[in-house]
Amino acid sequence: VTKAKLDDATLDDVEDALIMSDLGPSAAARIREKLKEKRFGLEISADELKQAVADEIAAILRPVAKPLEITAFPRPQVLLVIGVNGSGKTTTIAKLAHLFVEDDYNVMLAAGDTFRAAAIGQLQTWADRVGVPIVRGPEGGDPASIVFDAVKKGTEIGTDVLIVDTAGRLQNKRELMDELAKIRKVLGRLNPEAPHDVVLVLDATNGQNALSQIDVFKEVAGVTGLVMTKLDGTARGGVLVQAAEKYGLPIHAIGVGEKIDDLRPFDPDLVARVIAGVA
Amino acid sequence: MFDNLSDRLGNVFDKLKGRGALSENDVREAMREVRIALLEADVALPVVRRFIDAVTEKAIGSEVLKSVTPGQQVVKIVNDELVEMLGGTGDDAEPRELNLNAKPPVVIMMVGLQGSGKTTTTAKLGKLLKEKHGKKSMMASLDVNRPAAQEQLKVLGEQVDVATLPIVPGQQPVDIARRAMEAAKLQAADVLLLDTAGRLHVDEALMAEMKAINAVSAPTEVLLVVDSLTGQDAVNVAQSFTGEVPLTGVVLTRMDGDARGGAALSMRYVTGKPVKFAGTGEKLDAIEAFDPSRVAGRILGM
Ligand SMILES: Nc1nc2c(ncn2[C@@H]2O[C@H](COP(=O)(O)OP(=O)(O)OP(=O)(O)O)[C@@H](O)[C@H]2O)c(=O)[nH]1
Ligand SMILES: Nc1nc2c(ncn2[C@@H]2O[C@H](COP(=O)(O)OP(=O)(O)OP(=O)(O)O)[C@@H](O)[C@H]2O)c(=O)[nH]1
Ligand SMILES: [K+]
Ligand SMILES: [Mg+2]
Ligand SMILES: [Mg+2]
Repeated sequence: VTKAKLDDATLDDVEDALIMSDLGPSAAARIREKLKEKRFGLEISADELKQAVADEIAAILRPVAKPLEITAFPRPQVLLVIGVNGSGKTTTIAKLAHLFVEDDYNVMLAAGDTFRAAAIGQLQTWADRVGVPIVRGPEGGDPASIVFDAVKKGTEIGTDVLIVDTAGRLQNKRELMDELAKIRKVLGRLNPEAPHDVVLVLDATNGQNALSQIDVFKEVAGVTGLVMTKLDGTARGGVLVQAAEKYGLPIHAIGVGEKIDDLRPFDPDLVARVIAGVA
Repeated sequence: MFDNLSDRLGNVFDKLKGRGALSENDVREAMREVRIALLEADVALPVVRRFIDAVTEKAIGSEVLKSVTPGQQVVKIVNDELVEMLGGTGDDAEPRELNLNAKPPVVIMMVGLQGSGKTTTTAKLGKLLKEKHGKKSMMASLDVNRPAAQEQLKVLGEQVDVATLPIVPGQQPVDIARRAMEAAKLQAADVLLLDTAGRLHVDEALMAEMKAINAVSAPTEVLLVVDSLTGQDAVNVAQSFTGEVPLTGVVLTRMDGDARGGAALSMRYVTGKPVKFAGTGEKLDAIEAFDPSRVAGRILGM
């Protein structure tokens, strides 16, 4: 194994690689500085360097790794799933439902996206495949009334987990964000603890705008945790590093495909290696 | 959240006040600010490098320092180069109209990553073709993966009053494409819009499926539909799709968001194809001709 003294040119390469993983220029520069402080001028091989980068990132990600757990009493535990258009909310809901069913929980879905064409049909198909009931209303109906019905019904029949789908919305759309705040409020009408979890679904292919998504959805809907989808491609999800540094929100899971079992627990060491280009 | 480029460069040039001609070093220092601004706007790093090289060359040779506002001069050079690389405006603009010069039905195929906005954009184009070009379209969904994908296009077709190919459960994409060609001919449609399933560029089976669809339908337009929120991955996506099918253009969706939209530059540069449209909302009339000047301003935060 060839080793070389860690110099500025090599550090430049590290910084560039981190930028290409969507860490953003300032977070990438910070990690570069940390490496420089600790190892500048010391002999290091290419593999050791990558591992050192992964270690720095893992240290940032480890504190936020936290699976979703069903602990609510009284039941059901209500999960509200939100995010921008097309990020993977509905698919992630199906995956979560499948996971909870495997763990012997009773799961119910609520079709809170009444806006997008065939969104209800999409969730219905998933519900049928997973084998869980769904509360739905008419296309174009009021999502707030559907989620109210869902909490009522879920409570009546003793559901453990109620997962609420919502329409995609860009965080700069005032009216749609107000609607989301209203959905959140209505969920709490029959059970003041609900929603117990507000999960923001981020698309790994998104760049720095993901931070603005977290910022605004947190403000409007009280995000309690994150799921990042589409990590089965070449996007590396480096924004999670900034998200962890800036917001410290729990990261619950990652999506690695379109199928029902393509959801993985968030493993900070693995994701750190992916971002650092080791894995 | 970020300083705009004018402010950033203002700071750089304030330091240089009272000095003579701009040296190459001064320009390079300014370009460091430009680099960060572009990266924060999600322009992909390899594209940023090319851009900086091009602009540096122009700035060094120019009369920047004779100006009383060198910062503004450099911003102008940067902005002009950006507009140029995004496809240009006015007389110098590359053609961005849909190419409908082929024997009908003219086939337009939509491709892209999962959730980028293909189905919605298909319906938007169906409506646009009808209302702006007086063309009769048929739309067909070849998406057998996503639950209710074909129903989604059917509902959108009803909303914009454009015919959709009847759904035959279980039929595979290439066969659906063949049936769509037949149906479009029979119904004397001017244009056939093919909506395809979302696919990751690393998914070999799905990329092969896309090539097969391309082969049987011989599209006149192959449009890559891309989310304007895309980050550094834009380069990989652009390269892979360009390598697999003969792209003719790009559509950037979700331009109604607040992303700086650097993906526009990455896409334009790596595919070498014009960005033809911008999607500006979920409603089916929310589609506009791509405007390089506006997007350049947005990337620079101005
Ligand atoms: N490759 C990959 N595709 C995914 C993943 N998660 C979701 N998708 C796909 O992304 C597309 C959009 O997913 P949806 O679940 O419909 O996204 P959504 O956020 O509900 O979309 P809207 O309701 O329209 O806002 C679909 O084609 C999914 O199959 C993932 O982890 N990997
Ligand atoms: N705000 C906004 N939303 C858009 C735009 N274009 C599409 N969408 C939304 O983005 C989401 C995904 O759009 P689709 O058209 O289903 O995307 P797709 O590429 O067909 O998705 P797959 O078939 O799953 O790969 C939907 O919620 C659309 O309403 C746009 O320009 N602006
Ligand atoms: K990313
Ligand atoms: Mg959905
Ligand atoms: Mg689609």
